[in-house]
Amino acid sequence: MSKKDRMSGNQAIALAIRQIDPDVIAAFPITPSTEIPQYVSAFKADGLISTEFITVESEHSAMSACIGASAAGVRAMTATSSAGMALMYEMLYVASSDRLPIVMAAVNRALTGPININADHSDSMGANNSGWIQIYSEDAQEAYDNMLMAHRIAEHEKVMLPVMICQDGFITSHGIENIEVEEDSLVKNFVGEYHPKKHLLNPKEIIGVGPYSISAYYYEMKMGQFHAMENARKVILDVSADFEKTFGRKYGFFEEYRMEDAEFAVLVMSSSAGTGKDAVDALREKGVKAGLVKLRVYRPFPAAELAEAFKGVKALAIMDKCDGLSGNGGPLGAEVRAALYGKTDGIKTINYVFGLGGRDIHVKDFFGIYDDLEALVKGESRPDCKHIGVREKR
Amino acid sequence: MSAYTAYSLKNVANVPERLAPGHRMCAGCGSTIGIRAVLRALKPEDQAVITCATSCLEVSSCTYPYSSWNDSFIHTAFECAAATTSGVEAAYTAMKKKGKLDETYKFITFGGDGGTYDIGFQSLSGAMERGTDMVYVCYDNEAYMNTGIQRSSSTPQYADTTTSAVGSKSDGKPQFKKDLTKIMAAHHIPYVAQTTYIGNFKDIHQKSEVAIYTEGPAFLNIFAPCPRGWRYDESNLMDVCKAAVESCVWPLFEVINGEWVLNYEPKKKLPVADYLAMQGRFKHLFKPENEYRIQQLQDEVDARWDELRSLCGVV
Repeated sequence: MSKKDRMSGNQAIALAIRQIDPDVIAAFPITPSTEIPQYVSAFKADGLISTEFITVESEHSAMSACIGASAAGVRAMTATSSAGMALMYEMLYVASSDRLPIVMAAVNRALTGPININADHSDSMGANNSGWIQIYSEDAQEAYDNMLMAHRIAEHEKVMLPVMICQDGFITSHGIENIEVEEDSLVKNFVGEYHPKKHLLNPKEIIGVGPYSISAYYYEMKMGQFHAMENARKVILDVSADFEKTFGRKYGFFEEYRMEDAEFAVLVMSSSAGTGKDAVDALREKGVKAGLVKLRVYRPFPAAELAEAFKGVKALAIMDKCDGLSGNGGPLGAEVRAALYGKTDGIKTINYVFGLGGRDIHVKDFFGIYDDLEALVKGESRPDCKHIGVREKR
Repeated sequence: MSAYTAYSLKNVANVPERLAPGHRMCAGCGSTIGIRAVLRALKPEDQAVITCATSCLEVSSCTYPYSSWNDSFIHTAFECAAATTSGVEAAYTAMKKKGKLDETYKFITFGGDGGTYDIGFQSLSGAMERGTDMVYVCYDNEAYMNTGIQRSSSTPQYADTTTSAVGSKSDGKPQFKKDLTKIMAAHHIPYVAQTTYIGNFKDIHQKSEVAIYTEGPAFLNIFAPCPRGWRYDESNLMDVCKAAVESCVWPLFEVINGEWVLNYEPKKKLPVADYLAMQGRFKHLFKPENEYRIQQLQDEVDARWDELRSLCGVV
């Protein structure tokens, strides 16, 4: 029986960690994810978990230690944000190429330059091609639920890839919400035990991890990762279906909100989806056929499914909480447009960059976005890419 | 010097090799000699996990689909070998506590001086401070040899490397060599030692054995000449090592639970110039106008030697 409780996103992640009781956690403090290792330390101090907690001297070492532990055959987890994730970037690629099912609680925060502690997605978007599965959470409930599913996905024998569960810094990580939490024993049953096929601490079989791979082999190893990421699609849906059967909450690659007959749609990730849904409700009251899609699984990217979801739509706003400074919009914008190309021709799109460094987005901002989409359909001109919520010198 | 067993070269040499031949290290390479010497100190019945920083050793000993290691091996990156090992060791502790593993494992990490003195220094310092039950072995060949002989913080002053080039306006590396062993001793870990290849290999064997079988973190710094980078004939390896010890350029000592012990004191110190003269990387110092630089090096070696003697309580 699930029970109601109130907690922040970080507390929800910490609760999941206590229930999963992973063998090793290596983490380094960085706002806003710091609370997670603090909870781990407290759990250990009170004898609530058996986890070996490695208080590393950097995030680079956190990921390196997770790689060592995971290669040695146990469950390894970490938590980080922003510059901490950036310091891990090198090792994120090592973790995925070594096919290690490490799980990371990522609490999204803007990358430094200038330093800022609030939410945007520049940290995990910088790791979006590192071979990690990326799952984004709208609220504390989703952060908790996604974390309960993470190991099952990562450790599936057809996957064996690391997973990061993302939530928005402060907005989700520190905001207290009412959520449903599950019983320890049911969580343990759902997550199950981890029995790796190969690991360093097997006296019957010695192995080498991370060999030098020349051009005759490197490509095939990358193909192994490619296939694993492809396999992850079905595994994510299967695990999500089992989660729904067990705990009653439904998840897919994305959530469609009032999309049945929508003509104007917004695609958004994480906490901003809640604000967007309020805007949709208000617009529907006025008779505007507005809808919203909240992307949950960003890696592997559900290109075909998104194209299908948007096929009846006249205009689409793709919202990036990260400006890749690419000169061609944000990363989500580029990928969604590529996904739609040749499949849903005729949909007009605008790519919005918003919320950088924790800048709030309001319901009225979404009204402006839907206004833009309507204007676009009426034949008015709008830019391909647009920054909203920003003060500009006139 | 403490050691658990009486030393016999014959017995030690008969221990099965844990680094198989056929690896791709250079002929006469100083590092593999050290690796084999360390591994010979492992009890044959004990398992080990070897971690290797990116290095000549790593790319030459574990080249897919081959491995020379008769133990499980992990390489992750250049700067994080010690942190990687702390993860492996934590996994071992977790498995042991849960009764999932009966065997005894030892954790040995190898890095070159680049991966130890420089880019891997933070990771090493962290793993040692956290008390990880491991041995970190630096094979110190005094430059980034894998990428083609670039200077590191371990490169001695005035050495000619590809990034401290000798020319009409340069006499090689301007800075002194970092004293890493002393820095590691300042971590107050149970065991720190400095060794090289001398005589019947008793020094390196016994230090390896103590390092491996000391509970908690241990650091072993091995002076491991590189014939390509130092420019001497491969067959002279033992002579170069001996000259380094006899000149006090590389003293043999250990720090056991904070107690400094000098393992060897030459009866008559070999002039540093004799050591330098064996190697092409110092050739420019022997031009008449550079002789004062040799004296500078002699003075530095003398000062560090006196300091070490004092730390070791040698009057």
